[in-house]
Amino acid sequence: MRILTGNDLKSGEVIWWTGSDWSLHVEDAADVSGSEEEIARREEAARRVNASYAIDAELHAGSPRPVHIKDRIRALGPTVRPDLTLKPADPDIGNWVI
Amino acid sequence: MYLYDHYDQAMVDARVEEFRDQARRRLEGKLTEDQFKPLRLMNGLYLQLHAYMLRVAIPYGTLNSRQMHALADIADKYDRGYGHFTTRQNIQYNWIRLQDAADILADLAKVEMHAIQTSGNCIRNISSDHFAGAAADELVDPRPYAELLRQWSSFHPEFSYLPRKFKIAVIASDTDRAAMRLHDIGIQIVEQDGELGAAFYVGGGMGRTPMIAPCIKEFVPLDRLVTYAEACLRVYNREGRRDNKYKARIKILVHEMGAEEYAKAVDAEFEHMLDEGIEPPFAELERIRTFFEDPAFDQSASEDIDRSDPDFALWVDRNTVAHKVPGYASAVISLKPVGGIPGDATSERMRLMADLAEEYSFDELRVMHTQNIVLPHVRKADLHALWTALEAAGLGSPNLDTVEDIIACPGLDYCSLANARSIPVAQKISERFSASGKTEALGQLKLKISGCINACGHHHAGHIGILGVDRKGVENYQLLLGGSEAEDVSLAKITGPGFDEAGIVDAVETAADVYLREREDGERFLDTYRRIGMTPFKEALYG
Repeated sequence: MRILTGNDLKSGEVIWWTGSDWSLHVEDAADVSGSEEEIARREEAARRVNASYAIDAELHAGSPRPVHIKDRIRALGPTVRPDLTLKPADPDIGNWVI
Repeated sequence: MYLYDHYDQAMVDARVEEFRDQARRRLEGKLTEDQFKPLRLMNGLYLQLHAYMLRVAIPYGTLNSRQMHALADIADKYDRGYGHFTTRQNIQYNWIRLQDAADILADLAKVEMHAIQTSGNCIRNISSDHFAGAAADELVDPRPYAELLRQWSSFHPEFSYLPRKFKIAVIASDTDRAAMRLHDIGIQIVEQDGELGAAFYVGGGMGRTPMIAPCIKEFVPLDRLVTYAEACLRVYNREGRRDNKYKARIKILVHEMGAEEYAKAVDAEFEHMLDEGIEPPFAELERIRTFFEDPAFDQSASEDIDRSDPDFALWVDRNTVAHKVPGYASAVISLKPVGGIPGDATSERMRLMADLAEEYSFDELRVMHTQNIVLPHVRKADLHALWTALEAAGLGSPNLDTVEDIIACPGLDYCSLANARSIPVAQKISERFSASGKTEALGQLKLKISGCINACGHHHAGHIGILGVDRKGVENYQLLLGGSEAEDVSLAKITGPGFDEAGIVDAVETAADVYLREREDGERFLDTYRRIGMTPFKEALYG
């Protein structure tokens, strides 16, 4: 599957296209295969996202998981600062990233 | 240290308001990202892996305590309570919001700081010896010359759109503590027949094509320093390649022309420029120099240090450096606790370091390119009190220049250019050697890790270097041996096939064990490597 990501224009936070809006959580990401360019163009023009791009992902326990480690780190936060990630209380989240 | 005059402050304040307007227009949709990107980069604002990242310039690594307090306040007010000190003696914040960026620049301007020219194809922050003005072995304090060049290069219209970024370092001792010959221009202040001048080394650098800068001029009189530097830049600006960013650095130009031909071209440009009146009046250099006069050292300060506490004695041996004034030392605060993130400092620790600088070091701090902090002027009689305060805060690691004092770029944990993570490798190596107890036996062993070929972690210059690469989507690490950024400069060589994350930690220990087995009296790791060559290391690593 293909999922669309970018950064929130104001905050810079990493965000994911859900099919109708943007979410901080990659597990909310929708498959955009075939329509990624159109969505990206429209959302960038509306200033809801900055520097958007589509990536490959696969389903993992029913949720999208980016294929490349860079995007998984991007989705969660720095592996060396679990306290700053989106899931600071999840002791197993490192396995999802690596 | 240098203090802004009316013109400096007016320029920086105007730039803040200019950027405030640019950011507002971007947020209102009046500028596209393509239009805005070069404007934000000119003000040090990147879009990184997780958020906007702001890189703040610290000219030649020198800070006062008020500035360090301001950096801590920014970390708390606008970021997540910490900052990252970089290998260009700067600081980076990783979690910046665009809507806050102009306010941050305004806060910086209040303490005579900015983020101008910390990105883009311009002359970047000028680096220098972190012990400048304190080192026992320096000819003069190199910072007035660095400051003169900073002023010359700031907003220089001719050099705002160079073929690529441009980095300058200035030193004034034969011991190179600034990786001078791995810069686009390295300048060493030297003495010839009783007169001070500048030796120019041009065309060094790391990155994907590492090169050591050759000396193109052994002596430039100081009243021609700026003119000669400008001649070097003009030849590059005119002849440097703009068709391929990977061949656009001045090192490629110098290499392709040959150092001799490049030097001739610079000489011709220099002769042409002498009548142009580019050189600032020598009085300006004298004016700048007054800002760097020695503080009021206690000329009767005691040389004695009570070494009865063995932990303190170890820290003194490892983390203090000879000072030019008897009774004083320069003290290095390690930002490399075992298992820590190299170069990171919390706001709380920044404030502590600022307070300690005010109390013990004439209000001065320095950022080292090795991502540590220096208090340059500490009375030896105060070292114990300083160490006690550092120890209590977890800042007393006695590991300067040891295998635990690792340079590491932010790597894939933060950087959108990286191919592999650097920080976890550094953490595991420091934990491994700390646990093994080999650190002391290994002595000086400079280990440097980069998460990609851009070499922000200076892996080419490590006695042991590590380069993270992407091998079909999996992190892989190449091991390099034999580099040095110092006066015995050399480029490290790759040992062979790379390793996974666990394997690279084992490989470093294997290389260290070869050294321990093969070394002769007084040899550092680098010396042994240079004597015995790569073969024994390869045999141990790959069988």
